[in-house]
Amino acid sequence: MGSLKPVEGEGVGFLATRVDELINWGRKNSLWPMPLGLSCCGIELMAMIGPKFDLARFGAEAARFSPRQCDLLVVAGTMTWKMAEAVRTIYDQMPDPKWVIAMGVCSSSGGMYDSYAVVQGVDSILPVDVYVPGCPPRPDAVIDAIIKLQKKIEREDPLRRILKGPEQKPDLGTGETFKQPNAGVARTSLDLHPHDPKAKIEELQK
Amino acid sequence: MTAPQTRERVVKALEGIAFETIDARDGMVTLRVERAVLGELFARLSDRAGFDQNTLVTAVDHFPAEPRFEMVWQFLSYDHNDRVRVKCSLAEADAHVPTCTPQWPGASFSERECFDMFGIQFDGHPDLRRLLMPEGYLHHPLRKDFPHAGIEPDRLYREWDKKRREGWQPNA
Repeated sequence: MGSLKPVEGEGVGFLATRVDELINWGRKNSLWPMPLGLSCCGIELMAMIGPKFDLARFGAEAARFSPRQCDLLVVAGTMTWKMAEAVRTIYDQMPDPKWVIAMGVCSSSGGMYDSYAVVQGVDSILPVDVYVPGCPPRPDAVIDAIIKLQKKIEREDPLRRILKGPEQKPDLGTGETFKQPNAGVARTSLDLHPHDPKAKIEELQK
Repeated sequence: MTAPQTRERVVKALEGIAFETIDARDGMVTLRVERAVLGELFARLSDRAGFDQNTLVTAVDHFPAEPRFEMVWQFLSYDHNDRVRVKCSLAEADAHVPTCTPQWPGASFSERECFDMFGIQFDGHPDLRRLLMPEGYLHHPLRKDFPHAGIEPDRLYREWDKKRREGWQPNA
């Protein structure tokens, strides 16, 4: 808390600070992650929570397996379109305030799975706060992401939300004009991928 | 068992059924048959030739050649420690084969996967649903004319998402 001021007086001393900073301080140091291990990144996530990397140093080791008790969704791994409904349901079940970390290149951008089955980045369906590159990222990298998230939480103004009601933020990934990112090559039934046999046949016919 | 012994046993078991043996590169006894005899062939292979496990049901897409699909089954015999492979060509417009689940119940999931990925119908299958892709998906991804990046991969999610935003609850 930056503006923490000990005030000396007669009798019992007390501390003065801003309410925002007090709330943010509490929030950022007690993140409860929802470990959503969708593939190999889940192993690194477990290593991160374990004793060697010890996420408890940052107050975020209390992984709960019910989204109702969590405020940090760590999407660790490759998310398929079939899984997307479950992930979105989990996100919706988490109480506000909540944050999302996209762990690994698969959840950040689809990674090497440029395929019909894989969501090309979880930001297609969720508002992501921090992206962590790596395949899988080392636990240090994810801890770094959590520190960055803590810095982001520090800058929030929860009091305004409490007094004026929740801010109408655009809920990313749920708009009507919803598109796969990287929608350059062969995304619809009309476009053909360069490796598609039909494209080759058309080329030969010319 | 050596390949000639296996072939002899298979030929004996399949007496009266039209098939041709082909030389497979890996030396496995390989039969090529017409679709009409497949039902009888499965019954004979399991009862008379003693093949007690189905290890593979899949299709090969020879697009754009015709006949487009080639079905492949492989069977294993524990007693004789040998395998046999069965192949059958299918036209695209007529892509259905009899199921082999009465003889080998374990083939059920393989056939469901084959149906999911290639769109081959298995006549008589007890529960022919998609195995890997979500229900309601319209395409068969392993067909060679399926674009690599998919056709509207997000369609089902978007439909679900629309219902969700209109207040639909999964267990309500």
